[in-house]
Amino acid sequence: MREIYFDHAATTPLLPKVVEAMLPYLKEHWGNPLSLHRFGDRPREAMEKARAQVADLIGAQPREIYFTASGSEANNMAIKGAALMNQKKGEHIVVSAIEHHSMLNSAKTLEKLGFEVTVVPVDEHGLVNPDDIAAAIREDTTLVSVMHANNEIGTIEPIVEIAQALKERSTTRHLPYIHTDAVAAAGILPVDVKELGVDLLSLAGNQFYGPQGAGALFIRKGVRVMPLIDGGIQEGGRRAGTENVAAIVGLGVAAELAKAEREDWERHLIPLRDRLIERLTTEIDHVYLTGHPTLRLPGHVSICVEFIEGESMLLFLSMQGVAVSSGSTCTSRALKASHVLTAIGMPAALAQGSLVFTIGKDNTMEDVDYVMDVLPPIVQRLRQMSPLYKGG
Amino acid sequence: MAVYSEKVMEHFMNPRNVGEIPDADGVGTVGNPVCGDMMSFYIKVNNGRLSDVKFKTFGCGAAIAVSSMVSEMAQGMSLEEAKQLNRKMVADELDGLPPNKMHCSNLGTEALRKAIEDYETRQAKSSV
Repeated sequence: MREIYFDHAATTPLLPKVVEAMLPYLKEHWGNPLSLHRFGDRPREAMEKARAQVADLIGAQPREIYFTASGSEANNMAIKGAALMNQKKGEHIVVSAIEHHSMLNSAKTLEKLGFEVTVVPVDEHGLVNPDDIAAAIREDTTLVSVMHANNEIGTIEPIVEIAQALKERSTTRHLPYIHTDAVAAAGILPVDVKELGVDLLSLAGNQFYGPQGAGALFIRKGVRVMPLIDGGIQEGGRRAGTENVAAIVGLGVAAELAKAEREDWERHLIPLRDRLIERLTTEIDHVYLTGHPTLRLPGHVSICVEFIEGESMLLFLSMQGVAVSSGSTCTSRALKASHVLTAIGMPAALAQGSLVFTIGKDNTMEDVDYVMDVLPPIVQRLRQMSPLYKGG
Repeated sequence: MAVYSEKVMEHFMNPRNVGEIPDADGVGTVGNPVCGDMMSFYIKVNNGRLSDVKFKTFGCGAAIAVSSMVSEMAQGMSLEEAKQLNRKMVADELDGLPPNKMHCSNLGTEALRKAIEDYETRQAKSSV
């Protein structure tokens, strides 16, 4: 059976060169990078090389890159680390309504610790208005966080304009810091920390053909962040724990490859994305695109299919070899409706019919055609079963 | 999908008794699309027994499988028997449901019960 992976937002396949680069650090050079003896030399060198590769991908200095186990950890470190370190200067945080759970749940934890969080709404496409962010800033705001691109609806946020708006507000204060969750963007969109104007940035290797278990937080020189994981002196004392050298090496190679190939990938993805969007919205009735029509990730297709539910579509698609994701309540382990679809004003019933296709560099137009062969009959079948569908 | 038992998947792929009964003797609807699960059960009653049970469902794999299983179990049951159907019985017949899907099995039996109540209410009205 044809197997089509359209769930790159969940995780991506590893590039062969990434796997090749990692293996020696699992087989021969397994030493602890902190060891002063010979066994630490190769791992340490490899890790620092990876640090430079990641820095290069986002236009930062190697010393500004801190390795974490995931994008979620980088997000936690950014928001909690910045908030707690600068607590005496203020206890107010600003985030957008469509941030990833690792940001919003971290914000909730900070609220329990006495911080105040302002959640800035988005428009029906999921776009944040820079003026709304600027208006939310107070004298006691220490951190603003808006994601670079959203994993559920694909919308790309105006980070440059947001950073600009904050600078215009005050050129003297260095607070609030600006953080962006670039987990869905790094390696896929052009990401340069100087151009963006951010103080903190999160990324994760498994989003751009690198391994799971390796993420990074960019902390601009001079920015103060409290460590979340205390202990030894790894990562400049900011994140303790023996590093996952193999995964970090993989992350570095993935970053280097992404820097070289990103534009080619984009050129390949956009026609596939646009074709799938066009076919879905014209060949199946009552299907709605979510997120911004043009300011969206190059491989991202998110829709809501009316009258039926996401998990049942997902199951049928999986049986036909097509792997996708959904934002429906039933697909969420927490049994909660998607906060992103709620934030863009999607009616709750319609939000249940969410399907998210995230296309990758190895997908082809044939894959898109195949999806359009198998999905319409699935939709029809489920609609015939639905008490909400009054069609033929 | 390893999350669901083979029996659940069977009922999901080949649900029994899907449809409406235009001249139903009782109709029961529970849940709503806002929550992500909605089931409507339609029944025909003959001599105190369920002579036909059909359903329509908006919901996930578990919801569809549960509706199908409830409709199958209920066929031919007396109204009293059918009212006794509970979520554990349905889940057991399906070889178990993931813990976060147990509420679906509750919804199914509730919808059937509501359809029977609807029938009984109509009976009471017509005999007045």
